[in-house]
Amino acid sequence: MSVHTSAKHDSGPLHVTGAARYTDDIPTLANTLHLAFGLSEVARGKITAMTLDAVRAAPGVVDVLVAEDLPFDNDVSPSAHDEPLLATGDIHYLGQPVFLVVATSHLAARKAARLAKTSYQEETPILTIDEALAADSRFEEGPRIYQKGDVAAALSAAPERLQGSIEIGGQEHFYLEGHAALALPQDGGEMVIHASSQHPTEIQHKVADAIGKPMNAIRVEVRRMGGGFGGKESQGNALCVACAIVAARTDRPAKMRYDRDDDMIITGKRHEFRIDYDVGFDADGRLTGVDFAQYARCGWAQDLSLPVADRAMLHADNAYQLPAARITSHRLKTNTQSNTAFRGFGGPQGIVGIERVMDHIAHHLGLDPLTVRRRNFYASGGTTTDKTTQTTPYGMEVTDSILDELVGALEVSADYAKRRKKVAEWNAANPVLKRGLALTPVKFGISFTLTHLNQAGALVHVYQDGSIHLNHGGTEMGQGLFTKVAQVAASVFGVPLEQVQITATDTGKVPNTSATAASSGSDLNGMAVKAACETICTRISEHLGGDAVFEGGKVRQSGREITFEEAVKSAYENRVSLSATGYYATPDVAWDRIKGQGRPFFYFAYGAAVTEVVIDTLTGENRILRADILHDCGASLNPALDIGQVEGGYVQGAGWLTMEELVWDDKGTLKTHSPATYKIPCASDRPEVFNVALWEGANAAETIYRSKAVGEPPLMLGISALMALSDAVASCGAPYPALDAPATAERVLAAVTRVQR
Amino acid sequence: MTKRLEFDLNTRGSGLRRIDPSAKDQMTGNAAGLFHMITFSLNGETMRADVGATETLLDFLRERQGSTGTKEGCNEGDCGACSVIVTGPDGVARAMNACILFMPQLHGRAVRTVEGISGADGTLHPVQAAMVAHHGSQCGFCTPGFIASMAAAHTNGATDHADQLAGNLCRCTGYAPIIRAAEAAASEGVPAHMAETLPKVDAPPFAMPETADALATWYADHPDATLIGGATDVGLWVTKQLRDLKDVAFLNRCADLQQIELGETHIKIGAACTVAQVLEAIRPLHPSFAEMLRRYGSVQVRNAATIGGNIANGSPIGDSPPALIALGAVLHLRKGAAQRETALEDFFLDYGKQDRAPGEFVEAISVPRQPDRLRCYKISKRFDQDISALCGCFNVTVEGGVVADARIAFGGMAGTPKRATYVEAALKTRPWTQATVTAAQAAFEQDYTPLSDMRASAGYRMQTAKALLQRYFYEDHGVAGDVLEVRP
Repeated sequence: MSVHTSAKHDSGPLHVTGAARYTDDIPTLANTLHLAFGLSEVARGKITAMTLDAVRAAPGVVDVLVAEDLPFDNDVSPSAHDEPLLATGDIHYLGQPVFLVVATSHLAARKAARLAKTSYQEETPILTIDEALAADSRFEEGPRIYQKGDVAAALSAAPERLQGSIEIGGQEHFYLEGHAALALPQDGGEMVIHASSQHPTEIQHKVADAIGKPMNAIRVEVRRMGGGFGGKESQGNALCVACAIVAARTDRPAKMRYDRDDDMIITGKRHEFRIDYDVGFDADGRLTGVDFAQYARCGWAQDLSLPVADRAMLHADNAYQLPAARITSHRLKTNTQSNTAFRGFGGPQGIVGIERVMDHIAHHLGLDPLTVRRRNFYASGGTTTDKTTQTTPYGMEVTDSILDELVGALEVSADYAKRRKKVAEWNAANPVLKRGLALTPVKFGISFTLTHLNQAGALVHVYQDGSIHLNHGGTEMGQGLFTKVAQVAASVFGVPLEQVQITATDTGKVPNTSATAASSGSDLNGMAVKAACETICTRISEHLGGDAVFEGGKVRQSGREITFEEAVKSAYENRVSLSATGYYATPDVAWDRIKGQGRPFFYFAYGAAVTEVVIDTLTGENRILRADILHDCGASLNPALDIGQVEGGYVQGAGWLTMEELVWDDKGTLKTHSPATYKIPCASDRPEVFNVALWEGANAAETIYRSKAVGEPPLMLGISALMALSDAVASCGAPYPALDAPATAERVLAAVTRVQR
Repeated sequence: MTKRLEFDLNTRGSGLRRIDPSAKDQMTGNAAGLFHMITFSLNGETMRADVGATETLLDFLRERQGSTGTKEGCNEGDCGACSVIVTGPDGVARAMNACILFMPQLHGRAVRTVEGISGADGTLHPVQAAMVAHHGSQCGFCTPGFIASMAAAHTNGATDHADQLAGNLCRCTGYAPIIRAAEAAASEGVPAHMAETLPKVDAPPFAMPETADALATWYADHPDATLIGGATDVGLWVTKQLRDLKDVAFLNRCADLQQIELGETHIKIGAACTVAQVLEAIRPLHPSFAEMLRRYGSVQVRNAATIGGNIANGSPIGDSPPALIALGAVLHLRKGAAQRETALEDFFLDYGKQDRAPGEFVEAISVPRQPDRLRCYKISKRFDQDISALCGCFNVTVEGGVVADARIAFGGMAGTPKRATYVEAALKTRPWTQATVTAAQAAFEQDYTPLSDMRASAGYRMQTAKALLQRYFYEDHGVAGDVLEVRP
């Protein structure tokens, strides 16, 4: 079978020769127009005057559009219709698109966009969590609250109690390919869009509204993205809509790509959080109750902030039994970029909160943090009789935990106990440099929490020669989805993987797709493709007389064996349809997101990481020395691709919590708007020793070949790096380090200085 | 863009007719309108093209050649997605960032892009095959740049893979499979097609002086012009500030500015020496300086950036000035025939202001030969390829337990690279003890009033500057203090 093997990424040979085409690489007609946005220069206020004469007069400029020029809906929001493509006079953040330059080249458009003369009536921007709280500037009418048990009683009865707070910075996606879009006008006002987007259907929808057409007049194609990470779930709407409007207006192709600085200044990022906690526990470190207040900085528009904040609440327990819990979530509206989806979608912030609590409890009691963590794990396989403790704060019973076994295995393979001792010895011998070690677990809920999104479609053709054409609703952003889904098709038909032609995602082939997000790509699309392939197999089988077996490129039926190609030819000649759609909807998920009750997730994915770090107590400089990871992908569809997701997720997660720092000034200017100032990990930042293995085991839930989703969960393995840094700082003095994220050298030094006092 | 097709047609074959410069202006943004024909080799084929003075190689490849394999990730030399291999007269293959490489710099050179790294028959280069085999690409957008850097390193036999690839960012893989691929390919032979033959060229088409004398004459006549060394800084004036540079001269053919003379009393470094050249020359003399330069930019940046540019641009956060000041370097300046010398620290007058007259240029830097007491400490958010929050360079001579001399300079602590004269005074003639160090730390407050910015707060800069003196003292006494030296 093709599944469960380490097939190589289908585009690998194209990637390494430069032949893989991205949106900006698509050959275009000579009369193609190029677009750039003119951006607001203040974070909050009203435009009082705008002179665009110099923009219009600039070389190469064909047209300049402002909000009043837009023919239909001026909106690119994925949710609340609160995000105009071009500002309508009110400015909500510094960098908001205000006008649109249409020019004969990318550079001409960029140059012209800087020539506007705009005056503003400035207002004091709301930039920080504190400022938003003071102004009661928020989405939804008030905080959202999930509760389990009587928290106040649990806290007051607790033998031990701690309070604390952690600041968790945001994160820039830094997909290597910036946003890009191309609109090609068609007959009768129809439009074809090529986009670097995780969500072609939403592009289709927003473009249709913007040019006053039904969705059936718009076709969106996505062959691949140069990275997405959630940043291309909704943030590409603006470019596609702008291109479509211009293409419709001029009947010329229109293309837009953000320069890197524009990309970082315009688009949303991972939500910055503050999490306050009040926790009760016993002398053994068993948690008895916890009260979390989560403050999310959402930015100026709603975008996906509500489900992001929901998911943070849903992961406030991570791997741990919370006998009593209250999670209060504030979704704060600020005059900054509209924060959006980013790998983990709020889950990572929620998990950082409870991992900080575990670390703090252990420090308070003088216990190894791993001991405290284990004492609080949900019981493996749901084998406890106490349903109360085995139930999440949102009322879902955890029946599939494997963390006891998984963490046990990792503890041995990573030699945790011995290294814990060695770290202490090393620290005693080194006055300046200190090492730290931490093991943190991940339990991540799999399913879109907006339940209706848990569906997918596929379209499979088998041609007369036996070659297979595969299409589904998922998009390829590097994760290897297309390869995995092709493996599914090859497995069902029993043919070599090479026989399956992967094709670009196309809203004209599979409609009404969900974003490729929530780690759901393989789970949903794999199942839909399997269903389509099985439909065709059944037809061929029935044509041959029933009960045919498809295997090894052959079809066996009633003791005779013919090649797959022969079977296909025979079916075709006997007028059997060799094309089928497939559809899948995740079963069993249903919940109430307002009450925070029910089953939002089909299953959980698990994993754990041990990270060892070293810090310089004089400067705060720090490095990851070693990471050991054991991660659960169920019965992996493709172990090599899954390990790639785990390694990359870990480094991205560790980067988020250590060196990646977003800085705004007090005017609301994003000061870290390019790789010169925003630093993602580079090759030398990867752990020198990096041991990654997959947990051997099948998913208890009935997923595609019993595999598990892998896109997001490994990101949270990087939390072990933050906790290891905390451990290193803790060796410098008695007080708890209370290390915030990102733990830059500056924050580490501040924490060292605090504990040394 | 209607002119684009016409231009492409014109550049094919031997036609090479001039086209309406205004059309090219729109493509290249070159308002100077100066287009001249250069000759270079592209993927093994000699190519002649009319190019703008500040037209970048990346735009030329993508927008005019339609060679879209090379990617734009940041357009400022920080991500490496546009990396290509450039071979110059010395025959060494160098990875460089095409996004901040101006076309005139390529006159007479050979460029190899990702499209030319596999064989003509499609055979993958060993690094390409290894990247496929080791699952080294995910989204694939950074991959062409990685392939170029890996192939350059492979050609040169370099096996310090993390260093070689520090200038290539990947957001998907976490780098582990890429490093595995580089390791796997290292033992494979270099394919024959990677050999470059440099094209025969005529006299340089732009202002590209070939001697310091010629440069001096030209610059005296064009005192408002911009001199371009490696374009790692000026490149961003064009790609990010979108400036039109009216008058430019390129220094990369100025052979006598690219010499390093190792004299008995001084080492004299020509201003157009690249940081990569300086790194190798300085390593045996001052290894800590070399280690700091190893973290200066990336391979691609060090292959282009010049030491003279790093000084003459007057940046308060350039990394070489504090080290050179601590070594007592002297700057050789020239205007026309007139030459003068100045202590490097005196060259930096104020933020954005240097002691340099119009038409005057940095010709060389002299560093006195001396016993190595220099330690350079670069503090940044990321160890590799990051601009310093602060960079402290210490050169303290101790004789008989007493501080005989101290030269200490910092970048990132003031509007210019600046000596810590109060700290030096607090150390000199005193016993080299913890008490002296502790006392001297307070003097940093007299020397510097640092600012807060996105790289660090003023408080952190001050606290860390003091800590770096402590680190120097500790290091002198054998106490481990470098996280980069710690092995797992």
